Amino acid sequence: MSFLRLFARNKGAVIGLVILGTVVAIAAAAPLLYPEDPWRSVGRPLLPPFENLRFPLGTDMLGRDIAAGIAHGARVSLLIGLVSTSVAVLIGVGLGAVAGFLGGRLDDLLMRFTEFFQTIPAFAMAILLVAIFTPSIASIILAIAVVSWPPVARLVRGEFLTLRSREFVQAAVVIGQSGPRIMFSQILPNAMSPIIVAGSLMVATAILTESSLSFLGLGDRNMMSWGFMIGAARTMLRDAWWMSVFPGLAILLTVLAINLVGEGLNDAMNPHLRGRRA
Amino acid sequence: MRTLEFLASRLGKAVLVVIGVVVLNFLLIQLAPGDPAAVLAGEAGAGDELYLAQLREQFGLDRPLHVQLLSYLGNVLSGDLGYSYRNQVPVLELIADRLPATLLLTGSAFVFSLVLGVLLGILAASRRGTAADTVIMTGALVFYATPLFWIALMAVLVFSIYLPWLPPFDMETIGAGYTGWRRALDIAHHLVLPTVTLGLFFTATYARITRASMLEVMSLDFVKTARAKGVQQGRIIRRHVLRNAILPVFTLASVQAGQLVGGAVLTETVFAWPGIGRLMFDALFQRDYPVLLGVFLVTAIMVVLVNLAADLLYRIVDPRIETAA
Amino acid sequence: MPTDAPLLQVEGLHIPLPGGSERTYAVEDASYTLANGEILCLVGESGSGKSMTANAIMGLLPEHLTPTRGRILFRGRDLLTLSEAELSRERGRSIAMIFQEPLSALNPLMRIGDQIAEVLEVHGEGDRATRERRVAELLDFVGLPDPALLRDAYPFRLSGGQRQRVMIAMALALEPAILVADEPTTALDVTTQAQILELIRRIQRAKGMGVLFITHDFGVVADIADRVAVMEKGRVVEQGRAADVLDRPRHPYTRRLIAAVPHREDAATKAPPSGPSLLEVRNLSKTYRPGGGLFTRPRVVRALDDVSFTLRRGETLGVVGESGSGKSTLGRCILKLLSADAGEIRFQGRDIVPLSPRQFRPLRRHLQMVFQDPFASLNPRQTVGRILSDGPRANGVSATAAVARARELLELVGLDASAIDRYPGEFSGGQRQRIGIARALALDPSLLVADESVSALDVSVQAQVLELLKELQVRLDIGIIFITHDLRVAAQICDRIAVMQNGRIVESGTPAQVFDAPEHAYTRRLVDAIPGLHWDPRAAVA
Repeated sequence: MSFLRLFARNKGAVIGLVILGTVVAIAAAAPLLYPEDPWRSVGRPLLPPFENLRFPLGTDMLGRDIAAGIAHGARVSLLIGLVSTSVAVLIGVGLGAVAGFLGGRLDDLLMRFTEFFQTIPAFAMAILLVAIFTPSIASIILAIAVVSWPPVARLVRGEFLTLRSREFVQAAVVIGQSGPRIMFSQILPNAMSPIIVAGSLMVATAILTESSLSFLGLGDRNMMSWGFMIGAARTMLRDAWWMSVFPGLAILLTVLAINLVGEGLNDAMNPHLRGRRA
Repeated sequence: MRTLEFLASRLGKAVLVVIGVVVLNFLLIQLAPGDPAAVLAGEAGAGDELYLAQLREQFGLDRPLHVQLLSYLGNVLSGDLGYSYRNQVPVLELIADRLPATLLLTGSAFVFSLVLGVLLGILAASRRGTAADTVIMTGALVFYATPLFWIALMAVLVFSIYLPWLPPFDMETIGAGYTGWRRALDIAHHLVLPTVTLGLFFTATYARITRASMLEVMSLDFVKTARAKGVQQGRIIRRHVLRNAILPVFTLASVQAGQLVGGAVLTETVFAWPGIGRLMFDALFQRDYPVLLGVFLVTAIMVVLVNLAADLLYRIVDPRIETAA
Repeated sequence: MPTDAPLLQVEGLHIPLPGGSERTYAVEDASYTLANGEILCLVGESGSGKSMTANAIMGLLPEHLTPTRGRILFRGRDLLTLSEAELSRERGRSIAMIFQEPLSALNPLMRIGDQIAEVLEVHGEGDRATRERRVAELLDFVGLPDPALLRDAYPFRLSGGQRQRVMIAMALALEPAILVADEPTTALDVTTQAQILELIRRIQRAKGMGVLFITHDFGVVADIADRVAVMEKGRVVEQGRAADVLDRPRHPYTRRLIAAVPHREDAATKAPPSGPSLLEVRNLSKTYRPGGGLFTRPRVVRALDDVSFTLRRGETLGVVGESGSGKSTLGRCILKLLSADAGEIRFQGRDIVPLSPRQFRPLRRHLQMVFQDPFASLNPRQTVGRILSDGPRANGVSATAAVARARELLELVGLDASAIDRYPGEFSGGQRQRIGIARALALDPSLLVADESVSALDVSVQAQVLELLKELQVRLDIGIIFITHDLRVAAQICDRIAVMQNGRIVESGTPAQVFDAPEHAYTRRLVDAIPGLHWDPRAAVA
């Protein structure tokens, strides 16, 4: 059965894809929908939601439009989620492939290194990195990438280790293919689907981590983000519930959608596992 | 491998990880933009030239890098985690003061999430395909995707503001002067919201893993053997599936100990819980880097200890480890 | 209850396959009977539905497979109409079952004794003390050493054969009327298989049970069956007394299967090979040291211990041994997939042991390999054309020339040239093995190592692939090292056979020498353990 039909059979995955598509559309259209700076106050402070059509989700204590903040925040969340995951996947695939393919002492060394990074508390490490290198898009991406690559490295190493001993790879050695060629043309294509699935789920985790960092005040001061909005709303909980509820729902829906899509990918790419998960 | 040798090898590994974290801290101090001495002093101490000079002297900051590293390692491993200029207290003292609160919170959240998550996972797996399974797995999916700090705020909104059932802040009622059982009860009352908040994400994780693990074990050959022997479904789950399925969950739980500590930073921040997470948040604002570095090291040690305990436990539970290791 | 009713009667059983499958029915209108005190062998190739009928008897089919028509009468009662609770009272007490994979059939976290005692416990037999006595008795009865010690052991401590004995002890615990044995010896070495077959025979006679024995191996059938039912694509095509079915098969499918059973060629049909020497292996040794850690002393496994032999052009040398004998290590060392510790491998006069991977790469095309698993040996993400042309491309042949060669090769191994654009997943096991052979031949090798290359195939496909290998060898005049666990297969295709045990070649000679006048005690044991040794399949279909 084709990949698309397998994917479409999973109802959750399709719902996830629709939500995710909506979030991406909003992020792309944010400068058109809300051309003004989301940090500027544009209305009366603390306007409740659903009362004024210009501010459907209300305003915060400085009169900033919550809806505009959510639209612009989507850009930051998706950007950081995608870029930091890409960096982490690159590091993880590189180290994991080398360790799994070459084996021996180098493998031991790289895996001790990976285990070390997996042991130390990830979020505390991310906080420390962003704090010491001062909060900015770059330092946040770096911090998230640094704490998220170890699982990828272990996954890729495991895949390479199993695939390396598979007969078709041995056959490639016997017909005289070179090491790098075997890695790229024989093993990597067969390791791709778990990497793609893990990567898609990591985007979700990265978005959660980014929002947690900006909630603690470690966000980029130049960019509106969902975590920052909730952090700012913390002291206003009693008076303006909408300030924290809507950005939170935005995070929840986005992360949920990505997880659903990731699981759909997993089911579609590894049909033999379906029985276990469905 | 003998138990003693096993213990020695795991302890050695744990010590190496701790030393690794200290080295990492040292590298961060060096890589940070600006003067390493200013990092060691924190924002509050950076204006005090005399103090900076004293730090340069103590850590040998004018000497070659490897000497600096050795001196830093020596200082930290002898228990000197630095000095908080801002609070005018040694960092170790600050942390020691706050640690019990964090241990209480993370410990109770760990037990809460493990017990509830595993129970829900078992329920979902053994009622696979029923409404109960769907409800549990949907719930798990949602909580798996919800930011912890937002759950915390929503919990306060509902259970402290709209329904004034549970206290939203602090670890005990300030100024009430309770003692003995009365005080324990008061703390427990304050503990409910933070524990549930911190625990829900992990409950979701454990429920998902337990279910997947149970279903996988149920498809193994020895379960079929048990059915062929005439063992009834309930007993198969209790006697054959459960024990085999639960081991990977414990492994995961110990690997995730680090995440629990990270979550504690957010939870303690929202609930003003006087632990090291809250200490870290305050230090962030005051740019009190020695405290940040110290908290990081201590959380890493906590995780290493949890992993060590898990390794030992695993060895007791799984008879195969002895030869496989 | 009528006394003359058979013990077990399967009548018109239908088990439909889920939608989208090739066939509508996994089992279609299957009927057979099992009488008291007899062994009925249910024999067929993979996908014939033989295991599925056995699982249906036990009510152990997965949910998506449910019998729709037919009856399974046990002492006159239809098992298909029983509830799960009623069925589980019968399982273990009236009907017991043992499985193919003894390694995974036991709970890894439960002591052996507890697993056996559980049968007694769930059926409410005896108290703790009597159960413990019974467990010790059973362990002793199935021939396990030191029952008192074994009772407290976990399964991972036991060998495959020992675990299968534990499974049998468990099945015997309540002295059931029927034992269902689903390929119980397929995963075992041939000498262990012989012991387990003997054990099953012995207990069947001692207890007077009816045994339903499922197998794909006619040799095993010849050794153990009282009666035989042959299944093809879900249908029972022939059944009758063992002697009748084995020696006078009537159905064309049965005849085809029996004709495909590997057998010794007549020694006279082939002249001894006299080509020039191609490969000389001298004193080859290889040692593994698994499990060496910081605190553990490494074990030492001598996988190859002073191995020497010569292979000529046009000759097929069979390397035969049980698991752990070092036969696969030998093949891998010759191809330098593993490095040898000591000794020489002279290929066309040149010692290849000291060559570095880089130095050896230009030589690789002369030494090729055909692998065991037709499913794992082809990259699932490459087209057949790519798989066949990768080798020539890596050795400097142009893309167009390599593709043209691939077409020729497909024809050579009996596949259609249209296969070139398809993926391995679209082919059957036998076809894949042909593709694997074509890949090896793409480089015009002078030496071919075939490592268990037919053992994963059904017997009729196995016969075709063996025929192909033989034909190609004659045509291309290559030397073949044929590694196998199956002496019968080796005898059919090899000019000479080397028997390996614990890393050493203990005996070598022509098939006739090895079979008829084995010199080494181990070879004698191996030959005696061959299932169906005294049955001649050629006479049956002559």
